[in-house]
Amino acid sequence: MNKLQNQKAWWLVVPVVILVAFNALIPLMTVVNYSVQETFGNNLFFWHGLGWFQEVLTSERFHASLLRQLAFTFTILLIEVPLGIAVALCMPRTGPWVSVCLVLMALPLLIPWNVVGAMWNIFALPDIGLLGNAVNSLGIDYNFTQQPVSAWVTTVVMDVWHWTSLVVLLTYAGLCSIPDAYYQAARIDGASSWAVFRFIQLPKLKRVLTIAILLRFMDSFMIYTEPFVLTGGGPGNTTTFLSIDLVKIALGQFDLGPAAAMSLIYFLVVLLVCWVFYTLMMRNEEN
Amino acid sequence: MMRGQTHRALVTTLYIVFLMLPIYWLVSMSFKTTNEILGAFSLWPQDFTLENYRKIFTDPTWYTGYLNSISYVAMNTVISVAVALPAAYAFSRYRFLGDKHLFFWLLTNRMAPPAVFALPFYQLYSAIELFDTHIGVALAHCLFNIPLAVWILEGFMSGVPKELDETAYLDGYSFWRFFIRIFIPTIAAGIGVAMFFCFMYSWVELLLAKTLTAVDAKPIAATMTRTASTSGYELGLLAAAGTLTIVPGAFVIYFVRNYIARGFALGRV
Amino acid sequence: MARIELKGIRHCYPARRGEDPVWALEQLDQVWEDGGAYALLGPSGCGKTTLLNIISGLLTPTEGRVVFDDQDVTEVETTARQIAQVFQFPVVYDTMTVFDNLAFPLRNRGVPAAEIRPRVEEIAAMLDLTDTLGRRAAGLTADGKQKISLGRGLVRSDVNVIMFDEPLTVIDPHLKWQLRSKLKQLHQQVGTTMIYVTHDQTEALTFADRVVVMFEGKVVQVGTPVELFERPQHTFVGHFIGSPGMNVLPAREDGGRLVCLDHDLDALGSGATGSGTLEVGVRPEFVRFAPDGIPVRINKVDDLGRYQVADVEAAGQRLRMIVPEGETIPSEDERVRFDPAHTHCYRDGWRVQSAEAGA
Repeated sequence: MNKLQNQKAWWLVVPVVILVAFNALIPLMTVVNYSVQETFGNNLFFWHGLGWFQEVLTSERFHASLLRQLAFTFTILLIEVPLGIAVALCMPRTGPWVSVCLVLMALPLLIPWNVVGAMWNIFALPDIGLLGNAVNSLGIDYNFTQQPVSAWVTTVVMDVWHWTSLVVLLTYAGLCSIPDAYYQAARIDGASSWAVFRFIQLPKLKRVLTIAILLRFMDSFMIYTEPFVLTGGGPGNTTTFLSIDLVKIALGQFDLGPAAAMSLIYFLVVLLVCWVFYTLMMRNEEN
Repeated sequence: MMRGQTHRALVTTLYIVFLMLPIYWLVSMSFKTTNEILGAFSLWPQDFTLENYRKIFTDPTWYTGYLNSISYVAMNTVISVAVALPAAYAFSRYRFLGDKHLFFWLLTNRMAPPAVFALPFYQLYSAIELFDTHIGVALAHCLFNIPLAVWILEGFMSGVPKELDETAYLDGYSFWRFFIRIFIPTIAAGIGVAMFFCFMYSWVELLLAKTLTAVDAKPIAATMTRTASTSGYELGLLAAAGTLTIVPGAFVIYFVRNYIARGFALGRV
Repeated sequence: MARIELKGIRHCYPARRGEDPVWALEQLDQVWEDGGAYALLGPSGCGKTTLLNIISGLLTPTEGRVVFDDQDVTEVETTARQIAQVFQFPVVYDTMTVFDNLAFPLRNRGVPAAEIRPRVEEIAAMLDLTDTLGRRAAGLTADGKQKISLGRGLVRSDVNVIMFDEPLTVIDPHLKWQLRSKLKQLHQQVGTTMIYVTHDQTEALTFADRVVVMFEGKVVQVGTPVELFERPQHTFVGHFIGSPGMNVLPAREDGGRLVCLDHDLDALGSGATGSGTLEVGVRPEFVRFAPDGIPVRINKVDDLGRYQVADVEAAGQRLRMIVPEGETIPSEDERVRFDPAHTHCYRDGWRVQSAEAGA
């Protein structure tokens, strides 16, 4: 669409800018402030320069939680995106079942995150949980509160349960917007169902899939509440992802400086990835 | 053809069963007594009880949690959509100095990990004396909900032909009259979708809500965690409270079910 | 290549709860000769697209058979029917190049690569697409995309029929006539049966050798453009084709003779007996000023350059007539006469045959 040049449009944006700036800039400045100072309590602060950044960037603890975070994020993306596409392709397009599917699938998205954690906790408890009991009765030794592998797998399955529907809904919406004529043309051209997926559906889904991956990347990178309630980051540090570690440092140990520096690094990582995505997306839309 | 369809129905059904299992477990636990939960493993409540629910509905520490959550979520939804409407209009219709950067900056706030902001938020809201108030949480949630609402609404508005605006201005409508009388009804579906997402993210978010409240505005979900840690293993009560937090969400989805798919597509969420 | 025959086709879409099913197509028998250029003309909602989808196999008719040559294909899948279709909105495979788009139907059918290349290049040359073969199809203009859709049909040597579903809807006006004459030329070149669906009479009349006019789920007339013009079988055809359309005037039977506009028109050779609503139809081209005719009053005259359209009134009925350039319009005691060879009598909308009329 051709847009008009109009500087007065700024007035329409002002309320948004004020509200968001209030919430974003002041806290961000606070964080920046902490990140370059050292404190010994009593509200006494000393200039510490980039020391905290150096410390965080070289600390093994940060590397470990960043690595855990990346492993987690990529695992859930690898599961959720293909699974979401598959389910969306299988969903009915018309009829009374559409609403039923949509409502049931959207349900996990609307459950408060700590309830999700708590729900999975009681669902997976080895003795009294449905999942834990079932897995153990299959002869697999499973106890997510004590075994690192079980804890990690449970966290991944929980995230898949929680968020795959987002990918499903986005993909489904994308599929519904493909005109029938494309499918008819494909039938006339004798295309196999794989060719229909590869040459019609996938290209048309490119935009919604970019958004889905972007959202899942961002949200999984920020994940805090669900694993915190489910496992508390344990056993050991198996499920201590970036946010959990950050809160442990900031509120648990009250190491404000390192926590702030870590926050900023963390934020910049998310920002960088999103900026790359955003640029790619915009370039796509211009084409 | 028929085989393909059964196959597809099977995948959908299996996926939905997978989604429903943990929810079933939660609901079924909420009807069990503590003794039954901690005793033998049972697939459904043997000793069906409504005691957990009775407790929640009669104990003010529990039910005020609900009222608190609903108040700040409602406030946040209204504020976010109200301020996002004109802004989204500006982004969809005009080019102005720094528009693209501003849009990206707004989106970056959707990307900011709440954990990063938890502590500074606590200090900021204490300083302006909005700590432990509904409006405080509502304002804090604007951080990620306003960008989201702007994003969704901008998508919907770009789908409305510009000729609509031009015709109205030619007919002598002033900007605000046109905006309220004509434009807002036109994108009603988009507003519905935006409100749905604002509701959703404000309802499910807990880290900030918990950090910014102590007693008076404490959300139900936080009541749950605190109770869980203080009163030991009252799992039945916990499950009942959890079940009740699903109810408002289920209601909201039911109302917007016909718009969800379209909203996702147009709103580019 | 095949002769396509529709035998007793009826179709009705599933009805909503509590509603009676509505026939989208009522009883239809039609033969499409091999190699013909047909147009399927009718207003929106008359069942054109339904008919097209039945031929292509995207829909299975509720009743009746579809026969290609002597083979019953009613239950045969679209893919196996060997047909091609160009849709209203251009359908191209966005991620592929123009070459790959054109090669797609051949590759799906397992044609060896060595045969694909010359064939695609040949078709691209026919459609003036040679220069764009290496480009991504998504970047082309609407008319280029429609050419690709057409090309995907032409590229197959085994195509029984190519169908066009209002293919010029999204094409810029100044390119429409170009693409239309290209189609006509291609038809002469390749000789495949083509069925062109449209609601635009100009498109239909210029493209087709035979025009099939549809109205409310029925075929009302099949004929050459000239036949449709001179002998509309149904008042709808008279209305729909021609600009302005045919004058249709109420008539009645009086003592076994046809009376219209208070005048005895039986001399026109349309003698009418039996029941039903009677009407007289005459095209504006065949209404002339004449001293011994029916008295009229002139309401308005529009000068359209090469001719004038006069809007006149006779016995309370509105009537339009075309006055050729150079002919003067009388200023008083205007009277008009209908050309007897081109005036028709209709009963319940259908033309009363001359034989029946006994003229």
